[in-house]
Amino acid sequence: MALEALHGITRYHSKNEMLRDEMMIPDMENLSNQCQLAIPSIPKGEVNVGEYLVDETGRKIKLNYAHGTTTLGFKFDGGVIMAVDSRATSGQYIGSGNVKKIIEINPYLLGTMAGGAADCTYWERVLAKQCRIYELRNRERISVAAASKLLANMVYQYKGYGLSMGVMIAGWDKKGPGLYYVDNDGNRMPGNAFSVGSGSIYAYGVLDSGYSKDLSDAEAQELGRRAIYHATHRDAYSGGIVRVYHIKEDGWIKISEEDCKDLHYKYADEKSAFS
Amino acid sequence: MPDFSEIFSLQSILNYNGGCVVAMRGKNCVAIACDLRFGVQAQTISTDFERVFEVGPHLYIGLPGLATDTQTVFQRLQFRIKMYEMREGRRVKPRTLMAMVQNLLYERRFGPYFVEPVIAGLHPTTKEPYICALDLIGCECEPEDFVVSGTCSESLYGMCETTWREDMEPDDLFECISQSLVNAFDRDALSGWGAVVHVIEQDKVTTRYLKCRQD
Repeated sequence: MALEALHGITRYHSKNEMLRDEMMIPDMENLSNQCQLAIPSIPKGEVNVGEYLVDETGRKIKLNYAHGTTTLGFKFDGGVIMAVDSRATSGQYIGSGNVKKIIEINPYLLGTMAGGAADCTYWERVLAKQCRIYELRNRERISVAAASKLLANMVYQYKGYGLSMGVMIAGWDKKGPGLYYVDNDGNRMPGNAFSVGSGSIYAYGVLDSGYSKDLSDAEAQELGRRAIYHATHRDAYSGGIVRVYHIKEDGWIKISEEDCKDLHYKYADEKSAFS
Repeated sequence: MPDFSEIFSLQSILNYNGGCVVAMRGKNCVAIACDLRFGVQAQTISTDFERVFEVGPHLYIGLPGLATDTQTVFQRLQFRIKMYEMREGRRVKPRTLMAMVQNLLYERRFGPYFVEPVIAGLHPTTKEPYICALDLIGCECEPEDFVVSGTCSESLYGMCETTWREDMEPDDLFECISQSLVNAFDRDALSGWGAVVHVIEQDKVTTRYLKCRQD
């Protein structure tokens, strides 16, 4: 033993300890604690992620992907409807036309994505973990209010560091249907109808004019679909596929995923047949 | 609300309204096509804004760029063409038109019109196909194969480089230019919403409107 120590040989008490040391996993990264991200070593006020990224011509590189978006969610007697587009743009370039902007947190909770795609996917996945842990600890499902507050508190920790997200958390809990809006400023508010993203102004126009508490399931789903479709038509940064989800007492169901092109010509045909 | 205004920040006045034009040479024919969107940054205002104009027999000019300058340049050009035709007593030829556009644009060298014109046509006597693109102050470019201009020019280059073949017949040329245009602007947020294609042959010009995505 003394000889070993003299030669600097490390002794491991268990196989796991040795493995961990070999893999050199530090305790300070987000592998063990997802809320622990590397923070720039300059004062918070000076942090501006993206300011430092410059391309070969000296122009600033756009860091955020999927900035332009249309998402909406609304509560009615039959539950909650969530509808989104699927376009991801970086600048004017369309990076993808079939992004999944509704994140399935668990069978009773959905989250939408607007703003930075990486920010939304990361934090909603961390939220999914937290919700599962809550379930295991308390032997009951987490409420929508609690889930949305977990997310709001997590992103609030990074307020001022340049996170970009405007999300809706919707689900069904003991109190019935729930819908919350959460964003990177730390805002969190419950509501009956929200729309987020660059196309939200157009979606609100359709949503508000057709909204009422006592819509039938089919009417509500069609309202969500139409609102997103009209937003994709007017807004350059929204488009692709219109996805509609419906949250009822026994969890969410996927209602439809329709291409904007098919929807446009379907609506055009209906309009010409009507007049 | 997160700050979405960032994506609408003006990169270039040339991209303010969106829109694109492409022209291709075929066998004894040329084709010119454009999209139909007129927008103000992210907002689509109308989807029937044609930016390709007939300016002579078998002669077309496309003017993508700032929409107000598309209209102004076309009107001023039409005035010059009419003056030319009255004075000379004959119709304008493709290369003459190109020189005329060059002159018109360079007049505003220090405060340019924000359009990058594309010209396509057949020579009235020799029937030689002619295509050409100019930058906003009138530097011409007369390649053998195709020219592109507008907000999705990078995507258009990619499409044209892979689909263009030498000596295409009018039907093949139509297919080629349509596929190139539609697939290029489907990757661009600021152009699309319909397209119009003119195929110019010796004895006729065929104009077709394409069924496109509307998002």
